[in-house]
Amino acid sequence: MNRSFHKSQTLRFYDCSAVEVKSKFGAEFRRFSLDRQKPGRFEDFYKLVVHTHHITNTEVTIGYADVHGDLLPINNDDNFCKAVSSANPLLRVFIQKREEAEHCSFGAGSLSRRRRPLALREDGPRRRTHLHIGLPHDFRPVSSIIDVDIVPETHRRVRLYRHGCQKPLGFYIRDGTSVRVAPQGLEKVPGVFISRMVPGGLAESTGLLAVDDEVLEVNGIEVAGKTLDQVTDMMIANSHNLIVTVKPANQRNNVVRGSRASGSSGRSSDSTASRHSLPMAHVLQNLPPDEMESDEEADVVLEGVLEPRLAPRPPPGSLTRVNGAGLAPSLHSPGREGSVQRLLSSLRSDPRHSLALPPGGVEEHGPAVTL
Amino acid sequence: MMKFRFRRQGADPQREKLKQELFAFHKTVEHGFPNQPSALAFDPELRIMAIGTRSGAVKIYGAPGVEFTGLHRDAATVTQMHFLPGQGRVLTLLDDDSLHLWEIVHHDGCAHLEEALRFQAPSRPGFDGASGLPSLAHITVVLLVAAGDMAALGTEGGSIFFLDVPTLTLLEGQTLGPDEVLRSVPDDYRCGKALGPVESLQGHLRDPTKILIGYSRGLLVIWNQAARCAERIFLGNQQLESVCWERSGHTVVSSHSDGSYAIWAADTSDSPTAQPTVATTPYGPFPCKAINKVLWRTCASGEHFVIFSGGMPRASYGDRHCVSVLQAETLVTLDFTSRVIDFFTVHSTRPEDEFDEPQALAVLLEEELVVLDLQTPGWPAVPAPYLAPLHSSAITCSAHVANVPAKLWARIMSAGEQQNPQPASGASSWPITGGRNLAQEPSQRGLLLTGHEDGTVRFWDASGVALRPLYKLSTAGLFQTDCEHADSLAQAAEDDWPPFRKVGCFDPYSDDPRLGVQKVALCKYTAQMVVAGTAGQVLVLELSDAPAEQAVGVASLDLLQDREGFTWKGHERLSPRLGPLPWPAGFQPRALIQCLPPAAVTAVTLHAEWGLVAFGTSHGFGLFDYLRRSPVLARCTLHPSDSLAMEGPLSRVKSLKKSLRQSFRRIRKSRASGKKRMVAGSKLQEANAQLAEQAGPQDVEVTPVQRRIEPRSADDSLSGVVRCLYFADTFLRDAAHHGPTMWAGTNSGSVFAYALEVPAAAVGSEKRPERAVEAVLGKEVQLMHRAPVVAIAVLDGRGRPLPEPYEASRDLAQAPDMQGGHAVLIASEEQFKVFTLPKVSAKTKFKLTAHEGCRVRKVALATFASVACEDYAETCLACLTNLGDVHVFSVPGLRPQVHYACIRKEDISGIASCVFTRHGQGFYLISPSEFERFSLSARNITEPLCCLDVHWPRDATRVSHRSRESPKLNQANGTPGIILAPQSCDGSPDPICKGADTPEPAEAMLSPMSIDSATSADTTLDTTGDMTVEDVKDFLGSSEESEKNLRNLSEEEARACAILIK
Repeated sequence: MNRSFHKSQTLRFYDCSAVEVKSKFGAEFRRFSLDRQKPGRFEDFYKLVVHTHHITNTEVTIGYADVHGDLLPINNDDNFCKAVSSANPLLRVFIQKREEAEHCSFGAGSLSRRRRPLALREDGPRRRTHLHIGLPHDFRPVSSIIDVDIVPETHRRVRLYRHGCQKPLGFYIRDGTSVRVAPQGLEKVPGVFISRMVPGGLAESTGLLAVDDEVLEVNGIEVAGKTLDQVTDMMIANSHNLIVTVKPANQRNNVVRGSRASGSSGRSSDSTASRHSLPMAHVLQNLPPDEMESDEEADVVLEGVLEPRLAPRPPPGSLTRVNGAGLAPSLHSPGREGSVQRLLSSLRSDPRHSLALPPGGVEEHGPAVTL
Repeated sequence: MMKFRFRRQGADPQREKLKQELFAFHKTVEHGFPNQPSALAFDPELRIMAIGTRSGAVKIYGAPGVEFTGLHRDAATVTQMHFLPGQGRVLTLLDDDSLHLWEIVHHDGCAHLEEALRFQAPSRPGFDGASGLPSLAHITVVLLVAAGDMAALGTEGGSIFFLDVPTLTLLEGQTLGPDEVLRSVPDDYRCGKALGPVESLQGHLRDPTKILIGYSRGLLVIWNQAARCAERIFLGNQQLESVCWERSGHTVVSSHSDGSYAIWAADTSDSPTAQPTVATTPYGPFPCKAINKVLWRTCASGEHFVIFSGGMPRASYGDRHCVSVLQAETLVTLDFTSRVIDFFTVHSTRPEDEFDEPQALAVLLEEELVVLDLQTPGWPAVPAPYLAPLHSSAITCSAHVANVPAKLWARIMSAGEQQNPQPASGASSWPITGGRNLAQEPSQRGLLLTGHEDGTVRFWDASGVALRPLYKLSTAGLFQTDCEHADSLAQAAEDDWPPFRKVGCFDPYSDDPRLGVQKVALCKYTAQMVVAGTAGQVLVLELSDAPAEQAVGVASLDLLQDREGFTWKGHERLSPRLGPLPWPAGFQPRALIQCLPPAAVTAVTLHAEWGLVAFGTSHGFGLFDYLRRSPVLARCTLHPSDSLAMEGPLSRVKSLKKSLRQSFRRIRKSRASGKKRMVAGSKLQEANAQLAEQAGPQDVEVTPVQRRIEPRSADDSLSGVVRCLYFADTFLRDAAHHGPTMWAGTNSGSVFAYALEVPAAAVGSEKRPERAVEAVLGKEVQLMHRAPVVAIAVLDGRGRPLPEPYEASRDLAQAPDMQGGHAVLIASEEQFKVFTLPKVSAKTKFKLTAHEGCRVRKVALATFASVACEDYAETCLACLTNLGDVHVFSVPGLRPQVHYACIRKEDISGIASCVFTRHGQGFYLISPSEFERFSLSARNITEPLCCLDVHWPRDATRVSHRSRESPKLNQANGTPGIILAPQSCDGSPDPICKGADTPEPAEAMLSPMSIDSATSADTTLDTTGDMTVEDVKDFLGSSEESEKNLRNLSEEEARACAILIK
């Protein structure tokens, strides 16, 4: 076995060149550490993982949760190095049997989205069969134009996918005046416009939003008659899944409805040219309705160490207690293994949450599992 | 297809009807002291008082509970107000030179103060040029003559105009120009100079034809309007400030800008008097400031009262706000903390009385109203039953306690009485007693608690219309503050002369900002309360009926726990006084907990049954067992990268505030008392302002405001601020066993739920065994949208909020349903969400911000009773948003029910100060000194219901004014009383609720016939409304005529039918 792999007892007090690894296979966790500078080769890592989880005779795929909370694969030396070096502070590794992994793609939001199907594993028909586009698995969509068939051609409905907190949405809005066609001619009405793009931000990188685009709707709600502050609040409230309908200032790049392609009742026109004028990185899609639904935000609930009340309570090792016995020295006993397991399985792996926690935040309320 | 779910608003007609029975929005009454008062008036007949403000509000007060409010359409300053005696009508003058006539009328079953007429002085230059008359621009004084039928208007140009009050039309041809007056003045006085503006107009009590005119230059003239000649002339040479005419008419007192006042004898000779009989400068000989107003009141004892404002020595006491009361040798200089606006005496105004015999002196100050009893030796102050200066120290927080048990109420009352011993004699009762309060005794007692910057908590009786002070709790005595010696120093520095006497309670200067009260919680069953302050101090107090001397146990709790690398840069913690301290009867401290670092407490909650208090700051929260005096829990909520929190919440702003406070103190010391009027320069300023306005938009290129669109991140500053804390007996561990829990919500959308192990009390004893309380973290919820958690509440199996501690165990509330599954309602700034318990999974939610674009500021669970059905009530969630709207949602369904616009969205302090009651009412500050009360409930409404016995003796003009509606009015019949049925303009008499004195049905009183009256037959007024000069002359007539009228009036008064205005 490679030298650089250490088994660790107390992760907390380890020097910082070590990377904590928390490996999950099914309901089981294993913990060990890697050297951040010299992680070694992927083959060794694979062997170690298979060994620590006592997996035999099964091909597995290894994935990890990156800083954005996305499940990305580890299948060669490069992405293994990347995974170890970007671990902050904990490297979460997920192991799946290869045949199971077929159904579950790596990519954006795949961790959070996976949760529901996992719970509903039994009822097979419910599971959506993904349309596989031949893209590398670690590409992820950053934005999309949606509802092309119902939005007027002069407007554009853009959905921004947010990935963790690292990349800002990166745009500003302002008040302005827009000209509308009214029965009695043109009239000026107040409107909300995009005023600025942050270089390198999500909004700029999509190319779908531009300065001076007029914001018409936020997640299906018209902004007419709302103040700038209200629109700001609405956008922030929807920021995890922001769908903005804009009237682009530059009307040359509009999506012209391909009536045959989308099957809707749009006017027929030559759609191919305009479609090609769009930046290639974006996915043009009409999302099925429950796609929206599945992206409903989910709050994270962490269970504390609460046993059933009737059991005689040994002093729990919560660090947050001040009174009484204070810090109990013994963290766990073999008899409590069951409750620990329960606790751990209830610690839902939502990396968006746990990455935001202070170091040691997850472990603070319960004993760590050691090998 | 997009799938956005729009909640279908229940189109169910039954539900819509029920909603109408449950919810209704009213702004009912304004509590407190009017902001920026600018004018004062008193009606001695009805004994009601009016206060006008700089924002154009008119407020009329009588006996406690009798209140009327009106607002001028233009938000101009009310400069003068004059009651039409006994008529319930008031004439107001605004600083835009418009006159308004207000009436107390009955309308839609509710009394209103309504604007009846308005008069704008013509200010076109062409008007003056064409008529050759002096301009009616800049009215300086108003005098009502002839029982309020005519008004004399003095102007800046020195002319006096006359106005018919019932119609508010100018009486042409009666105008008295300064030239006409100057003709009677000797040449050597005239010497080519103008008389200056009219400074004062005074009427004679018995002879309405005579007017005393005082010009700014110093000339005083007694003018006979009937004969149009000057009867007496006093050649004053000192610039005049005000004039008072003694009731007999023999003496005139004038006050001057050099701080002197002069007494002139009016009954000696006919020739122009050049010298006053007496002229004194009371605070001389060094230069003094002007005496702005002087009153001369006679007494049967011969020792007259001279009451005047100002006149202080300019150098040494020029910054004081003083009113001096002088009777014979007794002089008291009342030293107020804010500017004197106006003052009046309550005295006899019956013409047959020979002396004034003043009973009371009422002084309106910028920040409070002070009434002194002039009949009791020593002239003690009379405690006001309303108009309380809520802001005597700035309000920092407020809380409402509904359904206060009678026992606690009585104990608080008695504690308050021991604080402010009531004067034994009944003589010194509140002199403003007009009207009767018809509101029923409130069905329940409501207590409003306000926390103040100086560390006091004031208890107010908020059961009714008049917000009455009950008790004041001061926490400052527990701490050593910087400014302790300041008071004694100020005392020592003061000399015997002038004989200052501090009056009033307005003191906005807090000695130590750390004393400020941030949060208050009261347990109404055990009379225990928690007061938490700016320097992280949390005080647990208990009501005690006897004074005690005891030491207070002090504990400190480090909320940072083991976090390293933070240094607190904010204020120090307060140092408590150790050792036994004397405490008066009332709330006495039992325990003091000091949070470390000493940041302001942001949330506090108390559970008297478990003996626990929880508190939170921007760093974390703590749980303290005050029965055992031991900390149970401390938890840091800081995000590691949140360094700003450590500098103290806005520490830089705080220090700026402190230095501002100091400089204000300095300014206050040196500020000259407000100049009376801007005579010159006002035109120039106006022109300049206009120019600036015109130039404005063109030359300034405005960069548009932009807003950044970013999701909330975990490390936003101040994300660790604890926003709410909550105790509940519910299911946290498992679905089978419930137990005590504590919940905490933070600014970053985290909710921590702790299971508590509270040793149960032995059967039959209140005392808990001496075992430690334990807290174990049970759940931690991170709301995905990370918006601040505003409130947490647990709902029982039936979806109702859990009762307060002791409420169920003392059979005061229905016991909660512990069988069905409990749920927790978490309200964040962006959405409401109900989660099941013990497994926290989302059940229902409403995304307010995503739908409406507004954010939640305050929420409360309130019970709404139906107006239609006696015992039907629903519990709903009331919510105030950052746009100032109030929304009501059903619980636990979280369906929107109704919403109303309540507060202007720019009024941030109003929105921040809002507090909801348990029964669907609420309060918010409309100014630093006033609470607006509103109600969302259709049944539970607290509004003024009062009656006032108004009589309009000269109603004929009023009738003529409406003659098209009731043409037969001149046929006088023998209707016994002068009854005025205020009518709506469509001519249908409004129903008036039954009079106390008149058993006859209201319809009889209200017949158009009865509107006519005996007096209107007596007078020779034309009823066509077009008053000619002859009519008026006749009307002013001889003194016998008017005396006859007055006699009629008083006779009728005896058997006057009361009009009850509901």
